[in-house]
Amino acid sequence: MTSTSTAFARARSEGRAALIGYLPAGYPSVEGSIRAMRTMVEAGCDAIEIGLPYSDPVMDGPTIQAAAQAALDGGVRTADVMRVVEGVAETGVPTLVMTYWNPVERYGVERFATDLAGAGGAGLITPDITPDHGSAWIAAADEHDLDKVFLVAPSSTDARIAMTARESRGFVYAAAVMGVTGAREATSDLAGPLVGRVRAAGDVPVAVGIGVSNGDQAAEVAAFADGVIVGSAFVRCLLDHEGDEAAGLEALRSLTADLAEGVRRAG
Amino acid sequence: MSVQSSVTSGTGRYDADERGYFGDTWGGRFMPEALVAALDELTEAWQDAMADAAFVADFERVLREYAGTPSRLYHAERLSELVGARVLLKREDLNHTGAHKIRNVLGQALLTKRMGKSRVIAETGAGQHGVASATAAAWFDLDCTVYMGAVDTRRQALNVARMQLLGAKVVPVESGSATLKDAINEALRDWVASVDHTAYLFGTAAGPHPFPSMVRDFCRGIGDEARAQCLEQYGVLPDAVAACVGGGSNAIGLFTAFLEDEGVEIHGFEPGGDGVETGRHAATIHAGEAGVLHGARTYVLQDEDGQTIESHSISAGLDYPGVGPQHSWLAAAGRATYTPVTDAQAMDAMALLSRTEGIIPAIESAHAVAGALDVAKRLGEEKGPDATVIINLSGRGDKDMGTAIEWFGLGDADSGPDADLEQVEADVASEVDTEAQQ
Repeated sequence: MTSTSTAFARARSEGRAALIGYLPAGYPSVEGSIRAMRTMVEAGCDAIEIGLPYSDPVMDGPTIQAAAQAALDGGVRTADVMRVVEGVAETGVPTLVMTYWNPVERYGVERFATDLAGAGGAGLITPDITPDHGSAWIAAADEHDLDKVFLVAPSSTDARIAMTARESRGFVYAAAVMGVTGAREATSDLAGPLVGRVRAAGDVPVAVGIGVSNGDQAAEVAAFADGVIVGSAFVRCLLDHEGDEAAGLEALRSLTADLAEGVRRAG
Repeated sequence: MSVQSSVTSGTGRYDADERGYFGDTWGGRFMPEALVAALDELTEAWQDAMADAAFVADFERVLREYAGTPSRLYHAERLSELVGARVLLKREDLNHTGAHKIRNVLGQALLTKRMGKSRVIAETGAGQHGVASATAAAWFDLDCTVYMGAVDTRRQALNVARMQLLGAKVVPVESGSATLKDAINEALRDWVASVDHTAYLFGTAAGPHPFPSMVRDFCRGIGDEARAQCLEQYGVLPDAVAACVGGGSNAIGLFTAFLEDEGVEIHGFEPGGDGVETGRHAATIHAGEAGVLHGARTYVLQDEDGQTIESHSISAGLDYPGVGPQHSWLAAAGRATYTPVTDAQAMDAMALLSRTEGIIPAIESAHAVAGALDVAKRLGEEKGPDATVIINLSGRGDKDMGTAIEWFGLGDADSGPDADLEQVEADVASEVDTEAQQ
């Protein structure tokens, strides 16, 4: 297992931000999703977030919803997600799972932590669990030395940001737009101040999710954040080439290269 | 008639703690951080309002003058004769817009004004909460957007038109199963992006804290009134109270006043659909397992991996794979009993009430009638004809006529539900005996 902090440390030593890529497990297939994520690693992602598809994803926009629903319709199971973690973590980059809470609770919190650690996973990102309602996960993560990545938002109070920074391990996920996931034309002016507030609260790295979809936007965010998180734009590569795996992987490779260049431009 | 205050926030053993947990386990707030500030703001505004005599007085005035409360507690004599016990109907179907839901939306809309927000959003299944929200928005001059599953907008075109006539924007939701749970998801997605000026008028006593407790507070007038009316009209407390449970707002609204009356049985009737054994039902407490849905830990219909299972009920208003967390706690604590009632039993009860009392109930409420008749029969046998059961008649059945036409084959000359009333009564009585006791 490799904690995400190693990716941030390496990026920092190179004077740049880390690039974190997201795809849901099981789209277009379990094996296909492993190949897609390994392609992103080869092309320059510093860490991978694997989405665990869930029936009621309230924080996701239409792009991620579509791929996650297709994965569910294809029969993806929680055990398959662990297989994807294993297949991606083998590359040596930190590999996290991002999931809504109910599948974890249903799988068994302790069992989930055990299996995630066993598969080489670095930790978990929990968009619908805040530290003040997350004691079960915090205990299991601590026992297995897993990263606990909680989110902050522009609406978070300073007191909540301080609590979140204190309880997070690996990095803090700054969801810097008030809205669901999805690629956006312009980056938000809420992101910089939010990152500043998290930095003031502790020394855990801050990665920003804000709908980045190209190298120029990545460079903008990399100027003030420790990491740039890209999700919907990667998912879009696969959705746009449904049924043509080679073309989908090529699109992922080229987008990753553009973004990887972007996070190196700011320095 | 005098009834006691319809607005009081509780602090008893069946209430949530300050973090929103009932019995240390159920409820809570499993929500994105982006919404926490808004939920905190709402919690503070609600508690502040409930402690403010002026707000409470204003809410009671609006309920009385606009919604028409207190609703009557009506002695259904023919039904009573049929089961051998005194059956009292709490006539929420006579409220403005035809259901108990007006209480909740007027409370939340009043709070929205107090918080200085200008827009409301709501989810709706059959359209009843959407219509109530659109009504309150019109009355309070608020912008209103209602999310409704695309499947439901087609099934309930009349309610879509009502909402539009009232000035609301109706957004069909195509994602997921395109029904109520997906409408809630989409409303939450809107709220994340609009929370600074928008209030989410949640339609039932479920969701993240403070909604289960706040919606309960706005609906508890049902039980507060019924308890006072029963004492005033009959000099006794009821032996049992009964309501249907989907999300559970009308039920918790009735039950709350009786929680500390240990001699009063509390019965919730869940939508049993085609029968729990078929898997096509929405009997969440009876057949679901503990999980987290829409921000609360509660009973959920889910598969082995925690994915929500699509629910089924002939009644769109009960067709929800979760349930309010306080009901989960009342069930776990043994204070209330939750029993499934099938589509067929509910439709029989709809026909029975129509023919014995001249009251066409909502199919939701017909679930309560079907289940409560069994309870009333048992209590009548145990305690005699003065045994008293209060059934919450949470809504009227006009909206369900399309379903009734199809189910009973109405509309042609000479058609109708079994023309022989005795046969209908016998059917209901035997089904209640054999099936509702699970």
